[in-house]
Amino acid sequence: MTDQEILSGLAEIIEEIAGTPADEVTPEANFVEDLDIDSLSMVEIAVAAQDKFGVEIPDEQLKDLKTVQDVVNFVSKNS
Amino acid sequence: MIGTKILGFGGYQPDKVLTNDDLAKIVDTNDEWIRTRVGIQSRRIARDDETVADMAEAAGAKALAASGLEPSEVDLVVVATCSPEIPLPNVAATVAYRLGIPAPGAYDLNAACAGFCYALGAASDSVRAGSARNVLVIGAEKMSSWIDWTDRSTCIIFADGAGAAVVGATGPDEPSGIGPVVWGSAGDQAHKITITGRTGALTQDGQAVFRWATTAMAPVALEACRRAGVTPAEISAFVPHQANLRIIEAIAKRLGIPRERVADDIIHSGNTSSASIPLALSRMAEQGRLQPGTPALLIAFGAGLSYASQVITVP
Repeated sequence: MTDQEILSGLAEIIEEIAGTPADEVTPEANFVEDLDIDSLSMVEIAVAAQDKFGVEIPDEQLKDLKTVQDVVNFVSKNS
Repeated sequence: MIGTKILGFGGYQPDKVLTNDDLAKIVDTNDEWIRTRVGIQSRRIARDDETVADMAEAAGAKALAASGLEPSEVDLVVVATCSPEIPLPNVAATVAYRLGIPAPGAYDLNAACAGFCYALGAASDSVRAGSARNVLVIGAEKMSSWIDWTDRSTCIIFADGAGAAVVGATGPDEPSGIGPVVWGSAGDQAHKITITGRTGALTQDGQAVFRWATTAMAPVALEACRRAGVTPAEISAFVPHQANLRIIEAIAKRLGIPRERVADDIIHSGNTSSASIPLALSRMAEQGRLQPGTPALLIAFGAGLSYASQVITVP
C-alpha cells in the first residue's frame, strides 16, 4: 500500500466518522486544531483504520499521532 | 421447559434536575462540550437523604402494579446495584419488606452497569428452573454519592435512578418472551473502571472503555439475537445501557439498527448504571416507541469489565 492509498483511505474514514470533507484531510492537517476531531473520534478512526488497513493503533500510540501524516506513517510502518 | 416473560416494568427518577449549565458552575466544562462528548443534556440527582432502597422501592412498586400481580405472588427479589450506601444489609430484603412481599428470596447483584441484564437473566432462569413463580428485578443506583464532583471527566456522566421489571412464566402455548442471556466478562481490564476504598470515587479510562464498548459489544448483541432466533432487522427497539450517546450510536450502527428504534434516554437521564435499561424502556413506552409483542434487544456493559445481553418480547 502506498502512502497515497493510505491517505485516501484515511480521508474516507474521517469523512465517514467526523463528517470532514475528504479534500480537507491533507497530510499536514492536525486532528484537533485543523479538523476539530476529539479523542473519542480518534478512537473510532483508529478502529476503522484497523478494519481497513489491518493495522492496530493502540491507545498508547494514538495519543502521539497528531497529524494525518503521523497516522499515514504509523500505518505504513506497521503494515 | 417453561418459557418466561416480562409482565410489567417501571422506573423512578429523583426530582432534582442537574443541567449542563449547572455543572459548568461547579467544574470547568460547558453545555456544548458535554453534549458532543457524551450526548447528555441533563440528569437527575437524588436528595442527600434519598437512598438506593428508596429509589428501588419506588421503581419496584410501579413494576409490580404494571404486572397485575399481588405482592404475595413474588418469590424472589433481585436488586442490581453497585452503589449501596452500606455493605450490609442488602437492598433487596429491605425493598421486598417495604413492598409487602412476604419473605421472598432476596439478594443484591453487582455487575455494575451490566447489572440489569444479569439480574434479568438470573430471574428468568430461576422461573424456568422452578425456584420462583415470579421475580421482581430492580436496577437501582445512587452514583452521585460515588463521584468526585471536582472530576469533570466523570461528574458530567453519572446520575441516579431506578428501574424494575417483573418476570413470570408464560402460558402453555405461549412463546418465551425472554431469550437466553449471553453474558461474559473481561477481568483483564478490571482496572479500567474502579472505585477504590469505601469513600472513594469512580475513575475510568474513558478512551479504553469507549474502544471496548464500540467494538466488543456488537458481536455479543448479535449472539443474543441468534440465540433468540431473531435478526437485528426484526428488532423493534434497541435498548443498550445508556453509557454515552456516542457508544450507543456506534453499536447501533454496527448492528444496522436505525436511529428511530434506538433508546436515547441518556439525553435527559445521564448514565444511571444498572438502572439505565429499565428507565430507557419506561421512557420509550411513555413516548409510544414500544410495540407490545415485538422483540426488543437489550445489552448492558460496564465495570468488571462485564456484559450481558438478551432479547425480550415487549409486554
